[in-house]
Amino acid sequence: MNDSTQLSLESLAATESPPQPAFAREATVRVKGLNLFYDDVQALKDIQLDIPDRQVTAFIGPSGCGKSTLLRCFNRMNDLIDGCRVEGKILIAGKNINKKKVDVAELRRRVGMVFQKPNPFPKSVYENVAYGLRIQGINKRRVLDETVEWALRGAALWDEVKDRLQEPAFGLSGGQQQRLIIARAIAVQPQVILLDEPCSALDPISTLKVEELIHELKQQYTIIIVTHNMQQAARVSDRTAFMYLGELVEYGDTDQVFTNPVEKSTEDYITGRYG
Amino acid sequence: MSEMRTWIKSGAPWVWLNAAAVSASILLVVGLLLLIAARGMGHFWPAAVHEIVYQEVDGSRVTLTGQLRDSERVRASRLVESGLTVEPGVETVERLLLKTGNRDLGGQDFRWILEPAIVQQTRPLSLAVLEREEWGTFFGRVIGLKQDGALLESQDVWTKFQELLDRANGLREQIGDLEQGAIGSVNYRMERLRLAGRELELEGVADPEAYTAIDRQRQALEEEYRGLEDQLFALNEAIRRDSVIMQTGGGREVELPLHTIIDAWKPNAMNLPRQLAHYFHRVWSFISEDPREANTEGGIFPAIFGTILMVLLMTVVVTPFGVVAGVYLKEYAKQGLLTRTIRIAVNNLAGVPSIVYGVFGLGFFVYTLGGSIDRLFFEAALPSPTFGTGGLFWASLTLALLTLPVVIVSTEEGLSRIPRSIREGSLALGATQWETLWRTVIPMASPGIMTGLILAVARAAGEVAPLMLVGVVKLAPALPMDGNYPFLHLERKFMHLGFHIYDVGFQSPNVEAARPLVYATALLLVLVILLLNMVAIHVRNGLREKYRGMEA
Repeated sequence: MNDSTQLSLESLAATESPPQPAFAREATVRVKGLNLFYDDVQALKDIQLDIPDRQVTAFIGPSGCGKSTLLRCFNRMNDLIDGCRVEGKILIAGKNINKKKVDVAELRRRVGMVFQKPNPFPKSVYENVAYGLRIQGINKRRVLDETVEWALRGAALWDEVKDRLQEPAFGLSGGQQQRLIIARAIAVQPQVILLDEPCSALDPISTLKVEELIHELKQQYTIIIVTHNMQQAARVSDRTAFMYLGELVEYGDTDQVFTNPVEKSTEDYITGRYG
Repeated sequence: MSEMRTWIKSGAPWVWLNAAAVSASILLVVGLLLLIAARGMGHFWPAAVHEIVYQEVDGSRVTLTGQLRDSERVRASRLVESGLTVEPGVETVERLLLKTGNRDLGGQDFRWILEPAIVQQTRPLSLAVLEREEWGTFFGRVIGLKQDGALLESQDVWTKFQELLDRANGLREQIGDLEQGAIGSVNYRMERLRLAGRELELEGVADPEAYTAIDRQRQALEEEYRGLEDQLFALNEAIRRDSVIMQTGGGREVELPLHTIIDAWKPNAMNLPRQLAHYFHRVWSFISEDPREANTEGGIFPAIFGTILMVLLMTVVVTPFGVVAGVYLKEYAKQGLLTRTIRIAVNNLAGVPSIVYGVFGLGFFVYTLGGSIDRLFFEAALPSPTFGTGGLFWASLTLALLTLPVVIVSTEEGLSRIPRSIREGSLALGATQWETLWRTVIPMASPGIMTGLILAVARAAGEVAPLMLVGVVKLAPALPMDGNYPFLHLERKFMHLGFHIYDVGFQSPNVEAARPLVYATALLLVLVILLLNMVAIHVRNGLREKYRGMEA
């Protein structure tokens, strides 16, 4: 990194948010009558769900219950799978994203995603975070520098990597890599962030850091997290949805779902009787 | 017995077998290279010249001079059968191959002699070896020098001879530069003018102005040419000034004009450092000079140049096509019966004998494409073809076709190694499939693609059969790249190391003289392929380093 960029970074060190927010911040996610089929197998059955803006919603349930599949509906990642068919509506900020003419690339800019295993690109730390911006055609050094720093600070990673921005991202630890992926996701300023078991490949300390980060991020983003870890769901989420065999069994405030579940199967699952 | 069984069960025999196979392979490769290197590169060593007094079958004695090239033991009975007398009790006789040179005097420059018939064998310091433009090597003693027909008085004939030889070589170089450079350029421009005039005629331009303009230019060129010609005549005159008087081993005196002599040395009087210096000088001449005497002497520079240029051109053509096809097949095409069929077809293409590609190249590229190009763009030159005959471009295209399957397959393999998570990561950030491919997937697959290119280069550089049909010749009048616009002449015929080996080895009028050159050329071909591969491997390792750890 050269001197001039250092300068501009220092002068901007106190910046809380980048200059222009890309989208309206309000982003409620409404799912209406969603059915999903893999060829002939129905993986999601008539899902009805309202996810509130700027809160953390957790999807829990046993393996294969469809929680990841549902999550991948929100940025239409399922389009990549041959033979996958989706029926029903998903409204994000009032717009149905399942319509044919929706620009999927634009949608994915609004709905960021973090995967189970950290998947940094074989580029430098800096270029990883700047990737989404470069895709949008933003190549001005100043804007990139500002946004990269802002995103890395937002992902609580800046202090750890500020001296090695130009080094390969593979050199970071697993936890750092996952926070880098989060920084990469928030750098394009999405409305919604989808987290697909973000801590399953991390050690406890890294997990704790990511959880703290999720807490911070919900001030600004609607967060949907899929997790296998019940304690994690209880710790980080405001609302919890329990899914079983492709159906949404129970959905409510986290406190209520964990302390006083309505459905018998929910209780069985969270008390560890199966799953 | 059970011990044996446990030993077999332990897998140790397999390890031994594998180790044996690996060492056998390495031995074969190293042995092969050593053999070619020894046979080929030994040729350039300033070997001693022997003076041998030899008793012929009829009892007469002759003095032979030459270098020992080979020896073998033959059974005495075989010699007796062919009418020679051998002392009783002798089982085998050593037979030596002597390079006697002096082809212009004796008619042949190699002869087998029998070891027992050698009366006396010496290595006189005064014997010199002359490398000549034609008639091969000359062995003999320098006994006098002539300038303009008059004997030259000199204290040290040898030193004076070297001096005059340097002068002659300098002049020869000037003549070569003049012929290849200025005169070649004038000829080239003259030909272009002729074509321009013909073009005007074909277009039916009636304006006499245009023709006179061309005539004026032609006259200017002719003027220039006459000037150059005078220079050339003067140089030719100058180079013919001196000659050397040589005495052969047999006592015959011969006068050799200096302009026919390229190099002269006295191997028997050389010490090791001078021998080494001379050796490397001759190796360098072999690499850097043009061939002479139907390729049996001189260097192989045009062949090296042609091989490398053709392979580079082939790479330039095959890379975009192969990569684009591979990317399409893997990333965009709907996977189904059609893509499967295409894939099978591509894989089978890799197994088609290369001569078939040559036939295709001749039929399609040369005759069809080249013929059309000639009719459309080079009408003025007809009936002599420009692109409608074999040439560098068609050879490169044919080889590109030949190596295309390798590049397609390795591109597909490289792409399939990129983890799905990387693609999803990029797509999730709002990148389109194209952006994902261009920014992330293809760079990450580039080491795999390079591996395909390395294989392609290795195959293309070693291929000879198809080239014989589409543009390789035994002696190209000019390099396909020179100082005349447009500098790279894609339509020219070119020389190739592989074909050179074939030509020197099988089509040569002088087998014994050519044999070491076959080995030396083979070694150089291997080295050139090695060099091209090493460059490619270096690039690939750089890419690998860059994308290291992507599997983590």
